[in-house]
Amino acid sequence: MAFRHWMAGLALAAVCGLAGAQDLKSFEQRITTKVLPNGLTLLICERPEAPVFSYVTFVDAGDVNDPSGDSGLAHMFEHLAFKGTTEIGTKDYAAEKVALEKVEAANDAFEAERLNPLGANPEKLKELAAKFKAAQDEAHTFVIPNQFTEVAERNGAAGLNAETGLDETLFFWSMPENRLELWAWLESGRLADVVPREFYAERNVVMEERRMRTDSDPIGRLLEQFLATAYVAHPYGRSSIGWPSEVSQITATEAMDFHKKYYVGSNLVVAVVGDVKAQEVMPMLEKYFSRVPAGPKPEEMTTVEPKQFAEKTVAIKEQTQPFYIEGYHRPSYRDPDDAVYDAIADIMSNGRVSRMYRSLVRDQQIAAEAQGFSPYPGDKFPGLFAFYAVPLPGHSPAEMRDAIHKEIEKLKATDVSDDELKMFKTRARADLLRGLADNQGLANALAEYQTRYGDWRELFKQLDKVDKVTKADIRRVASEVFVASNRTSAWIETEAAGKAGGAQ
Amino acid sequence: MRAASMFVVGLMAVIAPVIADAQQSKPWEKIPVPPLREFKPQMPKRVELKNGIVIFLQEDHELPFVSGSVLIPGGARDEDAAKTGLVSLYGETWRTSGTAKMDGDAMDDFLEARAAHIETTGGENSTGLSWDSLKGDSDQVFTLALDLLLHPKFNAEKLQLAQQQAAAGIVRRNDDESGIAGREAAKLVYGPASPYARQAELATIGAVKLADFEAWHRRTIGGKLIIAVSGDFDGAAMEAKLRAAFELLPAAKAEPQRHESFSEPKPALYFVDKEDVNQSNVQIVGLGTDRRNADVPTLAVMNDILGGGFSSRLFQKIRTEMGDAYAVGGGISFNYDHPGIFNVEVLTKSVSTVDATKAALDEIAGLTTRPFTEEELKRSQEDILNGFLFRYDTKEKVLAEQVRLEFFGYPADYLEKYEAAIPRVTLADLSAAAKKYIHPDKLAVLVVGNRQEIKPGLDELKLGAVHTLDVTIPGAPKGGPGDGGAQQQ
Repeated sequence: MAFRHWMAGLALAAVCGLAGAQDLKSFEQRITTKVLPNGLTLLICERPEAPVFSYVTFVDAGDVNDPSGDSGLAHMFEHLAFKGTTEIGTKDYAAEKVALEKVEAANDAFEAERLNPLGANPEKLKELAAKFKAAQDEAHTFVIPNQFTEVAERNGAAGLNAETGLDETLFFWSMPENRLELWAWLESGRLADVVPREFYAERNVVMEERRMRTDSDPIGRLLEQFLATAYVAHPYGRSSIGWPSEVSQITATEAMDFHKKYYVGSNLVVAVVGDVKAQEVMPMLEKYFSRVPAGPKPEEMTTVEPKQFAEKTVAIKEQTQPFYIEGYHRPSYRDPDDAVYDAIADIMSNGRVSRMYRSLVRDQQIAAEAQGFSPYPGDKFPGLFAFYAVPLPGHSPAEMRDAIHKEIEKLKATDVSDDELKMFKTRARADLLRGLADNQGLANALAEYQTRYGDWRELFKQLDKVDKVTKADIRRVASEVFVASNRTSAWIETEAAGKAGGAQ
Repeated sequence: MRAASMFVVGLMAVIAPVIADAQQSKPWEKIPVPPLREFKPQMPKRVELKNGIVIFLQEDHELPFVSGSVLIPGGARDEDAAKTGLVSLYGETWRTSGTAKMDGDAMDDFLEARAAHIETTGGENSTGLSWDSLKGDSDQVFTLALDLLLHPKFNAEKLQLAQQQAAAGIVRRNDDESGIAGREAAKLVYGPASPYARQAELATIGAVKLADFEAWHRRTIGGKLIIAVSGDFDGAAMEAKLRAAFELLPAAKAEPQRHESFSEPKPALYFVDKEDVNQSNVQIVGLGTDRRNADVPTLAVMNDILGGGFSSRLFQKIRTEMGDAYAVGGGISFNYDHPGIFNVEVLTKSVSTVDATKAALDEIAGLTTRPFTEEELKRSQEDILNGFLFRYDTKEKVLAEQVRLEFFGYPADYLEKYEAAIPRVTLADLSAAAKKYIHPDKLAVLVVGNRQEIKPGLDELKLGAVHTLDVTIPGAPKGGPGDGGAQQQ
């Protein structure tokens, strides 16, 4: 499992002889977990540094679980989760429910005409569009906009946000500790009882988000193509924010079907870290989080990416600055070699001592930046090990490619040094330690390990795997994985401007 | 890679007044909220040496690390305009050069093997040096850091490296729409030659010499240094060590008085054409104020109402109601020692550029025409006050705040006074502040976007002639990376 920045790699262990807050034993005393009858796992970690707590709800569903034809759905649902429930955000839910059903019916009619294979009738379409708008306007009269977040914010919620990744969805914020019960009511409510109000306006918001992150960003555009090319079958290759034609057609009904399937107790871990006493609060938390429906653990996405046997490339020619990236398929976090990939990333890319910095940036002076990282874009399923470089003015993507390949060949041909390997292990250990003194980071890491390994303790046992990495492992893995037939690369070549730059 | 977050961190969204429905039952109001236990954040120990240097010590024994920093007055705003970028290059090269005893590369090897760091930075108003390590290495690392602080040996090769990296950033700065918007907005408010808006260019960074670094170091190292150390150390021993290191330095020289003048931007509609985007970045800007202004607590409340979160007027209108933006927000910013910027920002698809801009201008004008409500006031006060704890909930945050206040010459209890002022803000205060500070006719409107796609066109805004800005990067190759770049395969 890669030590991502927000996890800061929580790992305990080998900082020899250190007592106090940093060892597994101390955490075992401070952490209480309970699996509720509905399958939901509650995890509480006591850290009374200040009268605050942070939480994360970790949903074991993400972009890979978008149904076929509905890319962007998991993320769309994440937005919906801020719209309130039957109890908050509405003036009259009974009436609103009826109005929302009318909105769905109006949308269905509009979409059916729009997608008519014999061609849409413009008059009819205009009429249906007007009816759709009228239905939305009517439903809107029952809404108290953003009341859910308003209540959270005016009660001191800080860092309020959510994230949809390829493999999981996270909801989180921090709050003063005397709001713990209020938080429990809010969070369990929105998990159990969400209402898809203002869905179609929110869909427009998500389209704007796509325009900001992807369409209007050269690297965003490139990465979307890069992943789509690297993967022919597995949904890691599918646009996570959604292909425009698909995400623009998602309906509220589809979003709620997704909710019904994936937001069940067995698929959720809720972690709380801070100034809370587990014994005191557990009964209260259990009362609220029992509201989340029980349900079978949803079946896993089972598509396996077929082994790549042909090198693939994406060549973008546009008037933006050059860039180069390549990626190789690697196994998931469960593979026994998982820590070996971390070692390679560290030795190749971590800081000014790294091979790619010293070779491409310092010595050859062809790149402003050069890194390798993994897993990308997710870790639950087999991801990529990627290398990228930003060319200095006057240098090309092809030069980046050749220089990166030289470094990769060195990795295969000669052992890394004892010092390099030792440095990786020392840094991994220290990074893990550093992450232990932050409530939100701890909550996120504990929830992730609890989900991915079924046991948060694995967070602390990771260092055992780090310690076992050998020089031979690195050569073996590099030789197997970093081969041309397993490679996808993408680059931007700067195209000469047609006319003078600036205004037309 | 994380795909979409809910909203952009840092943008405050403001909502239109919430219509409180007397009939809505509010079950959350019945949930018990016990009093918060008393919490006195641990303040660092402040030591002022005879020479004027100030030291802060913040013990924290939770984890076995020690970290420290030295803040040095004097930054990019003071550099020679012909060498804009000098201080940033200095911040980079200082550390990578190292000292006579240990050059930068050897320092990298030594530190990284121990998972330790020493870094230097060059910023707008200061330069700095920081260090961190595991407790067991802290003496060694501190000795190295002190040597680098006082006796750097600037290296020509490392200067060249830093110049190359800066050049790479300059030639690609127009690839990113929000980068263009941010830079041009600052230039509109402060003026393109202002130290707060001017840009490093290929020519200015190329003009920087090693001698410039030596001169900069000499000029600033004698200033009023602020040293801050936190972590797992013994307070008395650390204090003694720092005294020994710093008390024999000569008396600290005060920074020369700054004489700066600021004025409102030229109100007009400005445009930058960017062909490869399908979304416009709209910035509506004016001059802000500084933190010493007695109106700041009132303005903070007004900011929350205008653009500070999901409930804010801007967010509610343009994102929630119109669905025309994911990123929207803004307000008046207050810097510590010079006026900040008033800024409202909207990112919206090309075809809704005019609609969204109109709506944003309408919300700004609405601050003076649509009265603030008790509900808005109360909500914003609660937003600010109930979350205030998060400004000092860690020992690190408390230390950073004290360093900041010391640097800018603010009283040590600034945060407490600020917090106490928020509940005293009234509706009358808000109206008066809006009348005094919000002048829609004095704002500049900047749109960065795709001219061909923006329909209806910007003349629909009726803000006068559109002034198109040229953002061509001086000296950058026209549409190509240079020799043989685009052709190699």
